[in-house]
Amino acid sequence: MFIEMMVNGRRVSGDVPPRTTLADFLRGSLHLTGTHLGCEHGVCGACTVIMDDVAVRGCLTLAVQADGCDVTTVEGLAGDADLSPLQAAFRKNHALQCGFCTPGILTTMHALLSSEPDADEARIREVLTGNICRCTGYIPIIKAVLEARDAYRPTQKVTVDAAE
Amino acid sequence: MKLPDIEYIRPSTLDEAVRLLAAPDAKVLAGGQSLLPLMAYRLAAPRILVDIGRLSELRGMRSDAHGLVLGALVRWRDIENDPCIAAAHPLLREAVSHVAHYQIRNRGTVGGSLAHADPAAELPAVALACGAGIVAIGPTGRRMIEAADFLEAPLTTALKSDEIIVELRLPPWPPTRRFVFEEFVRRRGDFALAGVCLFYDLDGEGRMVSPCVVAFGATEIQQRISMLEEYLAGRRLDEVVCAEAGEMASAAIDAVEDMHAPQDYRRALFGTLVERALIRSMTSGGGHVH
Repeated sequence: MFIEMMVNGRRVSGDVPPRTTLADFLRGSLHLTGTHLGCEHGVCGACTVIMDDVAVRGCLTLAVQADGCDVTTVEGLAGDADLSPLQAAFRKNHALQCGFCTPGILTTMHALLSSEPDADEARIREVLTGNICRCTGYIPIIKAVLEARDAYRPTQKVTVDAAE
Repeated sequence: MKLPDIEYIRPSTLDEAVRLLAAPDAKVLAGGQSLLPLMAYRLAAPRILVDIGRLSELRGMRSDAHGLVLGALVRWRDIENDPCIAAAHPLLREAVSHVAHYQIRNRGTVGGSLAHADPAAELPAVALACGAGIVAIGPTGRRMIEAADFLEAPLTTALKSDEIIVELRLPPWPPTRRFVFEEFVRRRGDFALAGVCLFYDLDGEGRMVSPCVVAFGATEIQQRISMLEEYLAGRRLDEVVCAEAGEMASAAIDAVEDMHAPQDYRRALFGTLVERALIRSMTSGGGHVH
């Protein structure tokens, strides 16, 4: 089936068998291999991508279901910068070791903070239960996410609006 | 595992979807959060997926004097984010907070959870406890199925293969009703090893009226524990009653056994949850306290 979608701000299209998951389409057809596949049945969270502003499991979404949608993967988080503020906080706080789960955790936390910039530690912990990390013990991840919250608060935008 | 080969059709109307479902081995796809894992494990092998995910007529939520109506495509996140639901049906709101993980709550739907009928699923427990109706549409029109008749066996419902769930209708929730929704999981969002959904009203003397207790997770299917309901009816709750009810709950269920927990463990766990839930219901008023 022919599908078309926005991925990281770029219009992409492809002809895929309907059984192709969104994660496989991103990795196999678009070569965006930052999206990792762990369990392939919705338990580990490594394949999380952002679809129409919400975090979804890339292995439990068919590519054909994402037809016409706006998708952001870990490759799209930083835009033109080297690292997004969230990614920089992960680096600073050693919030990753092997890095396999990291793309899924970054996309999940980016979606969370984009809609809930004031998420407290309890909320962050609750949402993190959907992502398995076998290295860090989660503590540095939580620290990094808490630290990155400032970048998601609309302070700057409000200042600009007020100046106009 | 990769999914098996499949045909995919995305109808633009509900009628078209019903027509497409008449094909042999066709199955409805909504959020896909239960069906796709089943397909990955080859536990389900439909030939055609009929994707109803974009039928906006199935997305509505409304609350009025007749109760709360949830369209089949209402997602968990929609319920979580709607302050009206928390007021109209606090038990539902509390139950939904236990459903799966963040990413799955962004895609999983009301209709999908009911049609899938996992024994550990929260929504079927709420539907059964509240005496909800499930409206389905098929080639001969619409019909309403009582939740008690709808849930037949693990992963098995009264829904025919050519029917689509349209909406769930929950009766009005009395604001003074006391309730607790409690489950035990190894990791938040995982399938519950055991769970209980209970509510009751109080008469002027503080005695329980029309108590309702539903077990899930520990049993083959969501089920009301009528023996326990009879015991609780007309009693005033105190610690002794709560403890006795817990013991009775343990004895009342036919607990399942699998790789996650043996039968005795689930039985004991269910009793503990019931006792805990009743104790909590004494202090938490109409709502709940974590």
